[in-house]
Amino acid sequence: MLARRIIPCLDVRDGLVVKGVKFRNHETIGEIVPLAELYAQQGADELVFYDITASSDQRVVDKSWVTRIAQVIDIPFCVAGGIKSVEDAGRILEMGADKISINSPALANPSLIRELHDTFGQQCVVVGIDSYFNEETGKYQVHQYTGDESRTQITRWQTADWVKEVQQHGAGEVVLNCMNQDGVRQGYDITQLAAIRENCAVPLIASGGAGEKVHFKDVFEQADVDGALAASVFHKGIIPIPDLKAYLREQQVAIRD
Amino acid sequence: MSTSAPLVSSKQNIVIVNTGCANISSVKFAVERLGVKVDVSDDVQVIQKADKVFLPGVGSANAAMASIEVKQLKSCIQSLTQPVLGICLGMQLMVERSEESLVDSTPCLGMIPGEVKRMQVGDLRLPHMGWNTVNPVEQKTLFKGIDAGSYFYFVHSFAVAVGEYTLAQTDYGMPFSAALHKDNFFGVQFHPERSSDAGAALLKNFIEL
Repeated sequence: MLARRIIPCLDVRDGLVVKGVKFRNHETIGEIVPLAELYAQQGADELVFYDITASSDQRVVDKSWVTRIAQVIDIPFCVAGGIKSVEDAGRILEMGADKISINSPALANPSLIRELHDTFGQQCVVVGIDSYFNEETGKYQVHQYTGDESRTQITRWQTADWVKEVQQHGAGEVVLNCMNQDGVRQGYDITQLAAIRENCAVPLIASGGAGEKVHFKDVFEQADVDGALAASVFHKGIIPIPDLKAYLREQQVAIRD
Repeated sequence: MSTSAPLVSSKQNIVIVNTGCANISSVKFAVERLGVKVDVSDDVQVIQKADKVFLPGVGSANAAMASIEVKQLKSCIQSLTQPVLGICLGMQLMVERSEESLVDSTPCLGMIPGEVKRMQVGDLRLPHMGWNTVNPVEQKTLFKGIDAGSYFYFVHSFAVAVGEYTLAQTDYGMPFSAALHKDNFFGVQFHPERSSDAGAALLKNFIEL
C-alpha cells in the first residue's frame, strides 16, 4: 500500500537552515547537510529544501549544497527556490535532486511548467502554491514572492483555479502552503486542503500549521493528502519523527516502517 | 540509512550507462555509499568491459530511446552478457515497447518480453509517487535478505503488467511489475538509490551477483 509521506521542510538562506513565523523573522536553525542526514536517519520519507531568498533577490544563488545532500541522503529530496528556467532546473537535477519545485516563476510564466515537464518528465515537476485566506472576501488567493515580505504580492489567481491550471500545464505534484497557518502550529487548513483535493489528480502535499501529532492524522484522514510537510515542529524537536510515525501507524494511517 | 560496510567485491568494474538522463548522479552516489567505485560512461568499450552495468533513466521513454540511438548504444546494451540493472525508466527501456510515445508506441531495447503501458488506477493519483510495498516472487538474487512488504520509493505513471518475467510485484490500483528479470537483465521500477536501507541492500545484492 502506498504510504503517506512525512516531509520535513528545510528553508535555506545563505547555505543555512532558517525558519520564520508566517514567512517572517527568520532565525537560524543549523547547517543543511547534518540536519538532512538526521531527518533521513529518523525516518523522514522525503525532504524539501526551499531556498527562500532566491526567487526574490534576482541573484545567482550558490547551490553546491545540493550535491553534498545527494551524496549522503538515501531518500528522495526536492529543491525549491530560484528555479526560473529549464537550465536552472537541469543544473539542480544533475546535482542529484529528485524533484524541483517552482512557485513564483510559474506564476510569472505558466508555460515554464510545460517546458520542465517536456524536458525532465512530469515526475520531477512540483509546483508550490502560497495560498492566503482573505477573511474579508472569503476567498483563497495565491500570493507571489513570499520569500521577501517587501515584495510579496497578491496575484490574480484564486487558489482552486491555479491548482487546475498547473495540472493542465503538466505539474506532477502540488505543495499547498496555507499561509494563514504557517508557523503557528494550530493544525493544517483541512477545509481548504479537502476542497483542493477534489480537483487535484496529482499528488497533493499539505504545508503550514503542523503543531501536534494529531494534526498529521487529521490532514491524512480528512483531506486525503499524499504527504504532510512541516518545519518548526521537527526543527525544534517538538515532534520527533519516529514518535510521529509510530503514532500514525497506531492510528491505522499507512506509514512506511 | 546508515552507510553499509564496504563490499568484499569492491574491486569490481561498475559502469553506469550515461543515457543523458537526469538521475545519474543519485545512482552514482548510492553505489559510492556502498564503498564501491563507479564510472559513468557512454563509451561502448567501457560498458562492454564492465562487471556490472547500471541503466538509469528518468523522463520519457521516447526521449531516452532517442538519446540511446544518438549515442549509438542500442546494440551495445542489447548484447551485454554481464548483469545489467535497469532503474525506473531504465527498466522500462528493457522491454519491447512503451506506450509512452509521441506516436503510437516507442520501440525499446527488447531484452525482456513485455510492454510498458500507462497505469489504470481509477480514482488514485498519478504519478504513483511515494513509498510502496514490494513483494518479491522469491527472495533470491536482487531480493536476497529483503523482507516481503519492504517499502521502496516509486515515481512513475507507466508500468509493465505482471507476467512471466516479474521478479517482484506492487499494487497501486492495479498489480504491476516492481521488478523484472530475464537472464542477465534485471530491472526495477522503483528507485533503489532513493529507497533507504532496503534500496541499499538491493544495490548491494546486484553488485554481489
